[in-house]
Amino acid sequence: MPFCGINTQLLIGLKPTECLHHKSGRKMNWQPSATLEALHARADLNRNIREFFIETNALEVELPILNHAPVADMNIEPVEVPATDVMPRLYLHTSPEYSMKRLLCAGSGDIYALGKVFRAGEAGGRHNPEFTMLEWYRVGMDHQELMHEVSDLLAELFTGSEVELEDSPVFISYQQAVVKYAGIDPLHASDNVIKQLGIELAGGNLELNRDGWLDMIMSHKVEKCLPQNQLVFIYNYPASQAALSKLNHDEKGQLISERFEVYLNGLELANGYHELTDSDEQRTRFEKELAVINRDNNRPMDEKIIAAMADPKAGLPDCAGVAMGVDRILMLQLGLKEITDVISFDIHSA
Amino acid sequence: MANYSTSEFKSGLKVMLDGDPCAIVENEYVKPGKGQAFSRVKLKNLKNGRTWERTFKSGEKLEGADVMDLEMEYLYSDGEFWHFMMTDGSFEQHPAAEEAISENKNWLKEQQVYEVTLFNGAILSITPPNFIDLEVTETDPGLKGDTAQGGSKPAIMQTGAMIRVPLFIEIGEVLRIDTRTAEYVSRAK
Repeated sequence: MPFCGINTQLLIGLKPTECLHHKSGRKMNWQPSATLEALHARADLNRNIREFFIETNALEVELPILNHAPVADMNIEPVEVPATDVMPRLYLHTSPEYSMKRLLCAGSGDIYALGKVFRAGEAGGRHNPEFTMLEWYRVGMDHQELMHEVSDLLAELFTGSEVELEDSPVFISYQQAVVKYAGIDPLHASDNVIKQLGIELAGGNLELNRDGWLDMIMSHKVEKCLPQNQLVFIYNYPASQAALSKLNHDEKGQLISERFEVYLNGLELANGYHELTDSDEQRTRFEKELAVINRDNNRPMDEKIIAAMADPKAGLPDCAGVAMGVDRILMLQLGLKEITDVISFDIHSA
Repeated sequence: MANYSTSEFKSGLKVMLDGDPCAIVENEYVKPGKGQAFSRVKLKNLKNGRTWERTFKSGEKLEGADVMDLEMEYLYSDGEFWHFMMTDGSFEQHPAAEEAISENKNWLKEQQVYEVTLFNGAILSITPPNFIDLEVTETDPGLKGDTAQGGSKPAIMQTGAMIRVPLFIEIGEVLRIDTRTAEYVSRAK
């Protein structure tokens, strides 16, 4: 069965036994997973997004989907394209972040990209392994300023949709949110206190580290308690969850990462940073992630982004960037519960 | 048994958890953009029927449970075990212990066919058909002319089940009972 390579199927989040090509005797479902109405709404959404960036002077850029080095994040699994006689091993991008940052290093100024990204194994009611991401960068902004621009864009996009947004968004720090909704201080509680609450929420012990248990508390408790029909910006994440954001001290002098997430009605819509610009620190963070990833893999580090950041004549300008899930915005705009309802052909019908 | 990864969890899959066989009811994929991926799973314990939620790390594996649903005919009880026989012509018999029968004791009628769940070859539970025809063994005398109006009385059926029946029902009549609600449906055809 040449089209049923087990590895490929596992990578995209399907069971090895689920063969998607034609089987005689069974009726083939060729219909799209989204309605034509949803596809019209998507076209409108894309146009509105582009208009916003034309008005605010950001350059639309296209980035390579095929890349020699994958994302270096232990929680994000890239889709690998195996080497052949005519091409080396490549990876589909999981976000255009590294390429966009190289453009920023090359002096592009404010840029945005709207396109497909790929994450192996992410399939469910709110996930499709292939999805549409809007990512943009503003030179000279920090994460606080960018949060307000995200809020402006989303307020525009949700006008006249199924969601009636409250006029003003909620801005709450990660620490305040977890204290308020889960009753513990995520920056100061002991590992054991965090673990015990996590076990209670999970119904069992999952062998997670501190950040894993904090993710459990966020997804199983805090997210469920956030106000409805109001954009919620959670900012200043624990330093251990910085990803590619700058570390800094908050107004209480606590070490935090300058990162934010945007939620609306239980859906995570966007993740943004005041971007890390230090190439040495960048390399250290990549190495730390790859050390875990390469216990079971043999994946290269993206040396080009580090070289761009380290170039004394270039370097990454002080900037803030954010990645947004466009399919989820469409789900909320149309009042639809499943991501497959807004994708022309979801992973099961592609 | 095979192992199943969380990405293969779907409704109806039978797995072992904490030593008990369970059926997956629902599986929700939960993943922060940056962070640990989870599967939030609703499961039904096939031993005690209890349904609850449990979260797993995405990619975690559970052992499949050797659970089979088969059709069997109820034969008799020897006081300690309830004996069932396969309907596939093999005449193979399986005893069920009291905890496997539990509240379904009231619906056990000889020669009736039940769905029997086997776990590692032993009867774990039985499921009666949704509707079953049972004979009334005890009830107050029927009230003539009272066929349409409401009102009910208790009646004891051949299996020992106590059912509320209309006032006109007499001892010896065969009634159709809904086993899910333990309610009278009609006189049996």
